[in-house]
Amino acid sequence: MGKKKALTGALLATAMLTAAGCGGGGAPSGETAAAPSSPGDVSGEIKVLTHRTDLVQDGTMDRYAAEFNKTHPKVKVTFEALTDYEGEVRIRMNTEDYGDVLMIPGAVAKNDYPKFFAPLGTSEELGAKYRFSDKTDVGGKVYGIAQFGTANGFLYNKAVWRKAGVTDWPTTPQEFLADLRAIEAKTDAVPYYTNFKDGWPLTAWSNSIGSVTCDAKANDRLAGPVSPWKEGSELHVIDSLLHDVVKGGLSEKDPGTTNWEASKGMIAKGQVATMHLGSWAITQMRDAARKAGTDPAEIGFMPFPVQKDGKFCATAVSDYQQAVNAHSAHKSAARAWIDWFTEKSGYSAKEGAISAVKAAAMPDTLEDFGDNDVKLVERSEAETGKVNAIDNAAEIGLAKPDYRRQLVDIARGAQKGDLRGFFADLDKRWDEAAKTAGS
Amino acid sequence: MTETTDTAPGRAAGGKTRATGRPARPGRTPTGPRRRSWRDAPLRRATPWLFLALPLALLITFTYVPVANMVFYGFTDWDGISPDRNFTGLDNYVQIFTRPELFRVFLVSGYYLAASFLQIAVALYFATVLSFDLRFRNLFKGILFFPYLINGVAIGFVFLYFFQDGGTLDSVLAWLGVTTDHPWLGDPASANTSLAGVSVWRYTGLNFVLFLGAIQSVPGELYEAAQLDGASRWQQFRHIIAPGIKPVLSLSVILAISGSLSVFEIPYIMTGGATGTSTFVIQTVKLAFQFNKTGLASAAAVVLLAVILLITWIQRRLVPDDKVDLT
Repeated sequence: MGKKKALTGALLATAMLTAAGCGGGGAPSGETAAAPSSPGDVSGEIKVLTHRTDLVQDGTMDRYAAEFNKTHPKVKVTFEALTDYEGEVRIRMNTEDYGDVLMIPGAVAKNDYPKFFAPLGTSEELGAKYRFSDKTDVGGKVYGIAQFGTANGFLYNKAVWRKAGVTDWPTTPQEFLADLRAIEAKTDAVPYYTNFKDGWPLTAWSNSIGSVTCDAKANDRLAGPVSPWKEGSELHVIDSLLHDVVKGGLSEKDPGTTNWEASKGMIAKGQVATMHLGSWAITQMRDAARKAGTDPAEIGFMPFPVQKDGKFCATAVSDYQQAVNAHSAHKSAARAWIDWFTEKSGYSAKEGAISAVKAAAMPDTLEDFGDNDVKLVERSEAETGKVNAIDNAAEIGLAKPDYRRQLVDIARGAQKGDLRGFFADLDKRWDEAAKTAGS
Repeated sequence: MTETTDTAPGRAAGGKTRATGRPARPGRTPTGPRRRSWRDAPLRRATPWLFLALPLALLITFTYVPVANMVFYGFTDWDGISPDRNFTGLDNYVQIFTRPELFRVFLVSGYYLAASFLQIAVALYFATVLSFDLRFRNLFKGILFFPYLINGVAIGFVFLYFFQDGGTLDSVLAWLGVTTDHPWLGDPASANTSLAGVSVWRYTGLNFVLFLGAIQSVPGELYEAAQLDGASRWQQFRHIIAPGIKPVLSLSVILAISGSLSVFEIPYIMTGGATGTSTFVIQTVKLAFQFNKTGLASAAAVVLLAVILLITWIQRRLVPDDKVDLT
């Protein structure tokens, strides 16, 4: 008897808790997080969630906060740095407690932005002032402002390339491969380092979508059953190049045991010649060069080896976007922080990245690009929501390492199959998913 | 085999029989039937439940509620973040059973299953050897059990360096005069074998301790008697130790099978499931956290649970857990 009752009670409790767990938070108000009319007036305590654990630990963020307090004395800013930012924040977003200001996690579907974040203004208003605002544009309102943007291309050790007798940037994928072969033959360096184990550096290749055809809308064009890997397409060129590099034995011998942190020192010391990354990595590699006692100026950055009308193109894409929690009690203070951090903190310049403010100058890390007349393509993100929906439904993951790991495995013969069949399969999955998802 | 020939119910709890709940009811004193005590003192009746309240609350909160949630998510198309979710019925389950590639990863478990039988054999060997009187016995016990105490993530990192090109394994082989250029984690067969090897290294200690405990619970007189009868070590093992540890052995096999179906930590840390080392759990994690298919992943988790329960049930039917009687 007692046993039965207790069991019923337990089940009931389980059911109730389950139901409560499903309830979630209340609906957000949709009130705009407007900038305060006068910076001195706004007050409140705001918490900023960030993925930059390094900057919080070494006190850099606190110095930014102190600087911010000079103009906004009544706002208290605290930081919470999360090592596994994506993983932790996405779970916290099931509650209302996810800071006042946060970086929008990549996993949140674009159409869900209004459920989580306070709008920051209309598209016309913010689009005129900031780059990359279309990435968070839902229904004519913008929900996030980019911290900064990065240009994409190949990071390389100039000394190694020079030693191999290459001084000009390659202009075609074939030339790029020939140059890597020259490095292989004439130097001790590993011509290309995939960072296969850590995986995310492989995703950087997707950021070059747009560099090949110099098309700002290249990413938007993926929103449909368009067979993204068909002959001559952006992804076909990009992924074929990676495949050929690996197939030609021009990458590290055992991709299964690569190490990102170590790779910084390796490129700085000239043990590795080239890596595909965003321009944000330049400052980190130059730091590594300083630590290793080599010349930081030898870390160079070259665009994707394709020219259109005799000109190189490089995509500029948005990094994490800062947004205001829709449940925040201090929206105005939170907005003031975002505005200040984007425009006045000098953060993007210090990181050597492209400022989100349109009027700001290009960073000096991209000097080579300016000198060589590389055209920066600010990639449109208008259809990103739909592209991501298709991508997830197809379980391909353009911004995830897995499919490129398979590509590398196929290229080095660790997995059965060939490039043509692999691309055909990806196209098929993409096109099928496009029929059901993102509509 | 539930009831044996115990005659004194009061002593049943101390005997070797499994507690079936029949001999003595909780709340009753063995001194005699005092029926009034139940209704006289409600508090007395509630006492066991009060003791149980805390563990039960924890168990329900942290085990049953999440599991119930997971089962519920399995019937929805939830993406893991969005406040909205739609009820999709059996859609996720239909998807799992109509996509053969989702099941292909179970083949990888074969490597771990094979490895776990090796592991049981090794553990049994050492447990038998160390159950006899041996010099440095405790030291060897410690050495064998030590790997099990290390955190799985740490093991993953340690062995990543171990298998690295020019890493520990290559250096050791070079001392032995073997120079190989083989990338250990480079192709599926070699990577899975290496990872299964790490798993053996890690879990042998646990099996070893289980076996050793079982062996030591065999009364010492039996060995003495066997020795007097002139039984060799092998005969002692064959006729005393092996039957004596049969229940533990069968438990180990169940653990080995369910363990190899749900391998996660070591391949996830070391290869991230690349190069054909993905297991069912890694695949589930990827569905949930990379492709935002929390609904489908929950259904996959339920399927894994069902598969393990099914296999355990089949195994129990094939090898019933009968009572061992050495005397």
